Amino acid sequence: MSDKTMNLTLKIWRQKDAKSAGKLESYPISGISEHMSFLEMMDVFNEQQISAGNEPVAFDHDCREGICGSCSLQINGEAHGPDRRVTTCQLHMRMFKDGDTITIEPFRATAFPVIKDLVVDRTSFDRIQHAGGFVSVNTSGNTQDANSLPVPKVDADNAFDAATCIGCGACVASCKNASAMLFVSAKVSQFALLPQGKVEAKDRVLNMVNQMDLEGFGNCTNTGACEVECPKGISLDNIARMNREYMKAAIKKD
Amino acid sequence: MKTSIARKILMALSGFFLMFFLLQHVTINSLSLCSEDTFNSVSHFFGYNPIIQYILQPVLIFGFLFHLIMGMYLEYQNNKARNKKYAKHNSAASSNWMSRNMIITGIMILLFLGLHFYDFWVQEMNYKYVEALPENPTRYYHELQLKFVDVWRVAIYVVSFIFLSLHLMHGFQSAFQSVGFRHNKYTPLLKKLGTAYAILVPLMFIIIAVYHHISVSH
Ligand code: SF4
Ligand code: FES
Repeated sequence: MSDKTMNLTLKIWRQKDAKSAGKLESYPISGISEHMSFLEMMDVFNEQQISAGNEPVAFDHDCREGICGSCSLQINGEAHGPDRRVTTCQLHMRMFKDGDTITIEPFRATAFPVIKDLVVDRTSFDRIQHAGGFVSVNTSGNTQDANSLPVPKVDADNAFDAATCIGCGACVASCKNASAMLFVSAKVSQFALLPQGKVEAKDRVLNMVNQMDLEGFGNCTNTGACEVECPKGISLDNIARMNREYMKAAIKKD
Repeated sequence: MKTSIARKILMALSGFFLMFFLLQHVTINSLSLCSEDTFNSVSHFFGYNPIIQYILQPVLIFGFLFHLIMGMYLEYQNNKARNKKYAKHNSAASSNWMSRNMIITGIMILLFLGLHFYDFWVQEMNYKYVEALPENPTRYYHELQLKFVDVWRVAIYVVSFIFLSLHLMHGFQSAFQSVGFRHNKYTPLLKKLGTAYAILVPLMFIIIAVYHHISVSH
């Protein structure tokens, strides 16, 4: 395997804490292998910063295999960078060319305030989940026989697809309106499609949408940017479904 | 009206209503290309029928104002939802220009409607209610032609219809998505229909304006 290396200029958003103003700083970095993941490149960068006695850049990460939703980053103006269906931890440096300048910013939304450098506070998503993203029945330890409640294959598949949302927030970061509709619609859909979720469907959609608005996310204008930038390929079908679920619930509300 | 989804649905419904109105408007105007008499009699009917004048016309004005004010309000809220903008945002990678700039195309249409209202509606109201001139069922064709004598006015109309087209390119299919209509088989068809509507309706208006400009100046 050939091992091409590249020299890059990184323009990184530096911000001391939530209250400071912050600004983009330029740093040269050399000898980056094309096989590295983007976060490995960031690790190399931070090690160099530490050896030079500088403050390393703070960024979020955990699983490094695209399943936890911790990593974020707006890379050259796109959430999780220029590749499709990958998170930043799965993004390869071979997507860039020797001599490139890479702009790295935090996900920006009023509901995602910056904590430090590239780390943003995404607890607004947790609060939306707490407002209704669950079923109230305790299923642990008393699992039913799966065949006792038949579910059509299409519904099961669609529910599963919706459930693959990792809550990363790339949809919000990409949307010109900083709308959280794709995330919320995935969480609404994964339950709305299954019999266990139907019981609380009405309250769920109303409460989650209400919380989404309270957090200060923008209004969806159907630009479709979220779907393109989502690392899990969550589809706009879910947003249409949530619009229907919402209409049903609002009309039937007592 | 309290939640973002309710506002989104209302925005779509007022959009449907306005798109239906446009279709009716373009159909009547097209008559002026075929027959002066038919155009005159249909215009006269629309201008003096009490149901159209006192019920449908106010509904139209309300629907339009609603769409306009709601559009501005959504834009204001959406700006607030990202208080710090990106230094670099490659939004063209994930969405088209029309979908991102509804506010710009919308404002251009609004400016045009200012002129359009002055050209036709204000003069019509003046004729009927201020000066209270007698009914004249044959005046419309001539009035229409006179408006398109001035080449600059025709140019403004043509450019405005292009903005209308851009607005509809996103608006048509977006309205269906907002009311929850989305289907693997029908949505792609609907998008094609939307593009056809967004091109043909404004194009027809352009043809009408240009036709009358040419026919009256020769
Ligand atoms: S919908 Fe996609 S982009 Fe949005 S939070 Fe879920 S996985 Fe991330
Ligand atoms: S670090 Fe877990 S998804 Fe990237």
